[in-house]
Amino acid sequence: MSVYSFQTEDTEQQIIRETFHLVSKRDENVFVETLDKCFENVCELDLIFHMDKVHNILAEMVMGGMVLETNMSEIITQVEAQGKMEKSEAGIAGAPARAVSAVKNMNLPEMPKNINIGDISIKVPNLPSFK
Amino acid sequence: MALKIVKGSIDRMFDKNLQDLVRGIRNHKEDEAKYISTCIDEIKQELKQDNIAVKANAVCKLTYLQMLGYDVSWAAFNIVEVMSSSKFTYKRIGYLAASQCFHEGTDVIMLTTNQIRKDLSSPNQYDTGVALTGLSCFVTPDLARDLANDIMTLMSHTKPYIRKKAVLIMYKVFLKYPESLRPAFPRLKEKLEDPDPGVQSAAVNVICELARRNPKNYLSLAPLFFKLMTSSTNNWVLIKIIKLFGALTPLEPRLGKKLIEPLTNLIHSTSAMSLLYECVNTVIAVLISLSSGMPNHSASIQLCVQKLRILIEDSDQNLKYLGLLAMSKILKTHPKSVQSHKDLILQCLDDKDESIRLRALDLLYGMVSKKNLMEIVKKLMLHVDKAEGTTYRDELLTKIIDICSQSNYQYITNFEWYISILVELTRLEGTRHGHLIASQMLDVAIRVKAIRGFAVAQMATLLDNAHLLTGNTQRNGICEVLYAAAWICGEFSEHLEDPMQTLEAMLRPKVATLPGHIQAVYVQNAAKLFATVLRKHEGETDSQAAQETSQLLIDRLPLFVQSANLEVQERASCILQLVKYIQKLQQKNVEVAEEVTALFAGELNPVAPKAQKKVPIPDGLDLDAWINEPPSESESEDEKPKVVFAKEEPKHSRSRHTEVDEKELARRREARKQEQANNPFYIKASPSSQKVYDAPGVEHIPVVQIDLSVPLKVPGMPMSDQYLKLEEERRQKEKAERKKKEKKKKREKRGKERKADSGPESEEDITPAHQVDIVTEEMPENALPSDDDDKDPNDPHKALDIDLDKPLADSEKLPVRTHRPEVLKSPVVDRDSESIPQETKKKGGKEKKEKKKDKEKDRKRSKEDKKKKKKHKEVEEELLESQPEEAVQSEETKEVAAPPTSTSAEASDLDFWLSSAPVPPAAQEVTAPSSAAAVDTSSAAAPESEPDDPKDTEPEDMKSSKHKKKKQKKEKEEKEKKKKKRHHHHHHHGDAGGEDSVQNGTVEEEEEEPLPPMSNYSLLAENSYIKMVYDIQGNHQDESKVVVSVIFENKSDSFLKSMEFNVLDSLNSKLQRPEGAGPHDGLTVPFQLPPGVSNEARFVFSVQSIVMPQKLKGTLTFIVKSDESSTHEKLDFKLHFTCTSYLITTPCYSDAYAKLLESGDLKGSSLRLEGINMPFHHLLARICFHHHFSVVERIDSCASMYSRSIQGHHVCLLVKTSDQTVSIDAKCDEPSLLGNVLDEIKQTFSKC
Repeated sequence: MSVYSFQTEDTEQQIIRETFHLVSKRDENVFVETLDKCFENVCELDLIFHMDKVHNILAEMVMGGMVLETNMSEIITQVEAQGKMEKSEAGIAGAPARAVSAVKNMNLPEMPKNINIGDISIKVPNLPSFK
Repeated sequence: MALKIVKGSIDRMFDKNLQDLVRGIRNHKEDEAKYISTCIDEIKQELKQDNIAVKANAVCKLTYLQMLGYDVSWAAFNIVEVMSSSKFTYKRIGYLAASQCFHEGTDVIMLTTNQIRKDLSSPNQYDTGVALTGLSCFVTPDLARDLANDIMTLMSHTKPYIRKKAVLIMYKVFLKYPESLRPAFPRLKEKLEDPDPGVQSAAVNVICELARRNPKNYLSLAPLFFKLMTSSTNNWVLIKIIKLFGALTPLEPRLGKKLIEPLTNLIHSTSAMSLLYECVNTVIAVLISLSSGMPNHSASIQLCVQKLRILIEDSDQNLKYLGLLAMSKILKTHPKSVQSHKDLILQCLDDKDESIRLRALDLLYGMVSKKNLMEIVKKLMLHVDKAEGTTYRDELLTKIIDICSQSNYQYITNFEWYISILVELTRLEGTRHGHLIASQMLDVAIRVKAIRGFAVAQMATLLDNAHLLTGNTQRNGICEVLYAAAWICGEFSEHLEDPMQTLEAMLRPKVATLPGHIQAVYVQNAAKLFATVLRKHEGETDSQAAQETSQLLIDRLPLFVQSANLEVQERASCILQLVKYIQKLQQKNVEVAEEVTALFAGELNPVAPKAQKKVPIPDGLDLDAWINEPPSESESEDEKPKVVFAKEEPKHSRSRHTEVDEKELARRREARKQEQANNPFYIKASPSSQKVYDAPGVEHIPVVQIDLSVPLKVPGMPMSDQYLKLEEERRQKEKAERKKKEKKKKREKRGKERKADSGPESEEDITPAHQVDIVTEEMPENALPSDDDDKDPNDPHKALDIDLDKPLADSEKLPVRTHRPEVLKSPVVDRDSESIPQETKKKGGKEKKEKKKDKEKDRKRSKEDKKKKKKHKEVEEELLESQPEEAVQSEETKEVAAPPTSTSAEASDLDFWLSSAPVPPAAQEVTAPSSAAAVDTSSAAAPESEPDDPKDTEPEDMKSSKHKKKKQKKEKEEKEKKKKKRHHHHHHHGDAGGEDSVQNGTVEEEEEEPLPPMSNYSLLAENSYIKMVYDIQGNHQDESKVVVSVIFENKSDSFLKSMEFNVLDSLNSKLQRPEGAGPHDGLTVPFQLPPGVSNEARFVFSVQSIVMPQKLKGTLTFIVKSDESSTHEKLDFKLHFTCTSYLITTPCYSDAYAKLLESGDLKGSSLRLEGINMPFHHLLARICFHHHFSVVERIDSCASMYSRSIQGHHVCLLVKTSDQTVSIDAKCDEPSLLGNVLDEIKQTFSKC
């Protein structure tokens, strides 16, 4: 990804789009399948809004430009384990932030509804009034 | 407290996070720059806060902005801060940012070394993982050097997740710090057999990547990779290995033979296109490397071509492309196989993808034959018409010319057709390749004499219609063909039907709009035509026509005299004056034709391109030497002559005789142009000047479809097509005639020998339409072929071209932090290593030993010094000085880097592995011709080839005994010997005298004759289908396991498959069967055997007691499959487990050995061999090789040897020889084992 270092946003997004199309055309591709599993039905916007997640998933597959792992279930196991760790680190303090971010995303019609907000799901009927 | 945290996080939760930033940017499309600059300000504020969560969020956003192209290098230090966070969440953000933003020039990288080291050794595997991932992106030479050792330790981590990352990152480390390759390689190699597939795949990845660039250093790994290839199911790994083999086969053709079969199997079985492609590619490489064809190769080629056809037919453009690419490789060696797929290749010409079309064109080049050339070119011509982009059209044009002109017009049977093709190509508008067509026209006209009449007629037509070609001379390169046309018409004007008309065409005013160099040729050749016309009118009573011709020239030439082009001007004015003079003579009725013709007399011969370059420099001629001393040193004057010289091409030099008259000069100039068949337009060297002199106003000459007058009667077809048709008819006719003739012959010779000729036309049958005389190009004598190739000097892999088989030197180790070695030396750490599970333990141990090296070496040195004091003979001193050091080194490398030590053993292993024929002892002498020397070293090194750790075998106290003086030990040894065999005593006495001593298996090679080749494989069973030879080796990891290696050789002409190996277990020895298998089930041999092929399989047996030899009965069942039938066959055998096979070659130090003998735990026995007629070192080598011993020490004709059983029994031998008698005193802690081993040794020597 560092190949793209000095691109404008438009070209960047165009590249993402093209990459996405290229990658998604080849149905056997491990990357897309894995992204698909991690994001549950991956779409372009997922890739744009969750660049960091995509990077982290990619890091389990490719390292320093070399293929690290081709076994999808292994990749997913590792990604999920790291996700869990992140959540446990956030602990109780992380919950409100996640809730807010969930609400923010709810307001966005274009956002996919299936962003991983984790195990702790908080009912947020009253939260919008916070704003 | 918790509440406070929650409150703090609620404060923060309305900070912009990454998603908000992305959303914001998307919502501010119009003023993006402004929005981002406010965001960056916010981020700067956030970075100033102490809260690490806020900082991490800021860095996360920065990472995104960096990817959008904004410079975030100012935040490098903040990134390091976030990297240092103890929380994984933030650490990961930090490392991600670092991997995006850091590069070699980032100065804060220096600060990260310790943080990274800390993370690498973190108990949390994900901390380590994230650090490795980050490091892989920004590793610098400094980081690589400082962290190489830490990473190497991680290669043996308990968690496969860490191991695979550590293995993979080593590649980056090697690139940045090449010195680390050799010390790390042994461990990397071990990882090829890691139980975790991910780690294995990473190791394959790294080694293949390394080996691809410097394949020769990795040849010794071929057997290992072969094993992986036949066992792995991971396509990625397979692809990597197969690619590697593709790089290795050119270096070792024998490897190819071994590869063909498994690769063919893969090609048959795989459904993955990528794997298929790589297999095919490597098979092609193999077939190229095997110059002598094996009979079943054509089958392999057919298979490849078939599979490639599938790729090419695939709708995926990438596969199509790859298929064509691979096809073109096959084409080079097996053109026939590819030719049968002509239809498919031609189809690809219609592909919408230009790169595919170009590949197909490349293929066509090699596919033409005399038979199909015209047809293929016809198809290409159709494509030329259809082609849209000029680039592709130009490519087509050059390909057509390439195809036709290849190998000296080998495939052209009808040159009239070819000239027509060239003329048709001149219709291409806007092509850049006018000069190419022109040079072809010139070349053909000059070299094919029979075609000149036809060519001249065609060229005359071209000249007549020149206005159609010229169009826009600026852009239109096609007018170059007029150059050729004018020259051909002039030079071969005797063939012109109406030279006058052509002359008229060449002197039209419009010619003045042509580029200067073409005008010059026009003018010059007009003069030649003039001569021809005069000659034609010679003898006519009415000289009117001749005079009119002169007048025409006098009228038209002044236009050229005014030309701005110097060349045109000069030629025109010379010729004008000449013609004026002739006119005067004509008016006086003087016959001038003959004299004018004489100006252009003589035949031109083509000269090969580069011929000039290849003229050897005569002896004594130094072209670099100054003829006169340079007048001054000033730079400006120095440069001037150079420039002049460079402008003037060397070709000019010949014609610098200024005295020769102008015509002759011009003629020679013409001749010179012909010297360069490929580049006749040397004047064109300055195209810029051309443009300047071009007359303006010619851009708008309308381009009309050319309508050439066709000398053939079939209307409505392009001329070349008519030729095609005619050619077909001609061939048909010829064929018919041939048949007639044959029939006649047959009738005549009825009953005599018959000639079968019903098959398709062969190449030879096609006779050319014209008797063509292709004049060969002239070359100077002694011309030397020149070839130069160079590698990219900037390739970082150049630094990694390192011999990996060479034993590690003492100096070669990875830098370690200084406080470490002290700790590691202590035995406490040894205990530590036990916490690491089984498979990593050994490596951990090795590392410690690595650090121990110095200490041990010191000890050895001190010992050495003491010895020196003993004032032995000079010889011994020398020996001692060099020898023990060597011994230490070899021993150490054994410990530190077991795999590379076994170089010689490995080399001969490779030889053995590669000699695919079965190798019973007798046969090996034939199959391993790698000279006895190789085997010699192999047997000498055999003890070393065991990567076993001697530490395990020697009790700790033994090692400390190394301090003891050697002398002391020897005395003890001597005592032993005295006790045992008094009558041999005197032999041993030489000891103190200082004879050669040999330690730890290093048998000196210099002074002694080479050993005969040896093999441990002995015949297991044999019938008419199959032969089995086997060898049994102890397993060093498991004290109750032995490995039986069986080589199966297919002796029949049939295919052997479904081989099943079964053994009747005894109470003591059992065949290891897979889980779930019954105790009487056979094991499937993991391969099939095509005719004449052999392969090796290994079977593991568990044994309880090893003190007695044992025999197990077994059966091999298999199916013999031939074309007609398949039958079940079986072959019974008896596996003989000798006691020797339970011994493992284990090196032993002489002092440890002494200690062992001293201990008194061992029981003695002895053996006496009579009539042994072989050099002592051969005897020792045989014992070492066949019975897995190593030489502890050798003094003259006496040697002590050591071996150890898989269950830890020590076996010590003292071997002495005199007058064909060998006595062996032996000691072992297990008397029956010893007795049996001695019996076996006796048997070995009774055989020879």
